[in-house]
Amino acid sequence: MHERAAESIEFIRETMVRSASFTAVPGQGGIVMGAIGVLTAVLASQAATPERWLATWLVAAVVASPIGLAATIVKAKRHHVALWSASGRRFMQGFLPAIVAGAALTLALVRADRIELLPPTWLLLYGAGILAGATASISVLTWVGALFMALGVGAVATVGQWPDLWLGAGFGGLQIVFGIIITRKHGG
Amino acid sequence: MAARRSALRRKDPPPARASHHPAPAATRAVSLDRLIHDRTRLAIISALAASSTLTFTELKQLLDLTDGNLSVHARKLEDAGYVTCTKGFEGRLPRTEFALTESGHRALRQYLDHMEAIIKHARTKGRS
Repeated sequence: MHERAAESIEFIRETMVRSASFTAVPGQGGIVMGAIGVLTAVLASQAATPERWLATWLVAAVVASPIGLAATIVKAKRHHVALWSASGRRFMQGFLPAIVAGAALTLALVRADRIELLPPTWLLLYGAGILAGATASISVLTWVGALFMALGVGAVATVGQWPDLWLGAGFGGLQIVFGIIITRKHGG
Repeated sequence: MAARRSALRRKDPPPARASHHPAPAATRAVSLDRLIHDRTRLAIISALAASSTLTFTELKQLLDLTDGNLSVHARKLEDAGYVTCTKGFEGRLPRTEFALTESGHRALRQYLDHMEAIIKHARTKGRS
């Protein structure tokens, strides 16, 4: 009988872990990051050299990433969600590999002097990361990831043309629109 | 049936009878909440305890249940007052959302207490 009881407790634990989703996705942080994305797209489109263009987007990434992280921590605290809960870890396990791959490929493409391939690479990998993370998080992220990937495909099809339009639409427009949706539907 | 349902709807657990001799775990297990002892209903309750709300589709996919199976078990839990079911629309698509009530949370806690008591009893017995 005690074996059945232990089995029941384990069953409850496993079901709860599977069910819990990572809800500390910051809508307001997404809006701020989106605003940075739009501003960066405008500034980068006026860059005189490819090096300046790259520097503009890299500075934006360096500025926006801590904002996203801080907004996640603040939302997690406000909603009493543990960042390193099982669902939080599953979210990161889905999201981070694509981001690391994006950083490594950025380095490789810059060294190979193929900067024109960076916009589709960033959009596709960021989208893939969000899609993977969405399996452990709120369902709206599936749309965010899929739309980022769709923009990435568009950027591949028109590689070398309108890089800031694609990046601005993704890291600017999408983040603002879904930031507003997440803020309204998922408490901030 | 009606009597059973009304008993299940009761918000507070029945008061424990005063006794100087605590009942053994095996006897206590008889008073287990049979409604959530069922694996499917236990899964629904556990899933809802971890997420504040889940839609019909989310629950169905998460627990790998058929529409009919989920409907039947969710209705039983709803009748018992353990879950609430809110029907609405998202755009033009119907959306059914489930949430665990306070009574449902309490029922799960009591069920876990029962299970722990059984394990504890078995351990104590094993040592002596």
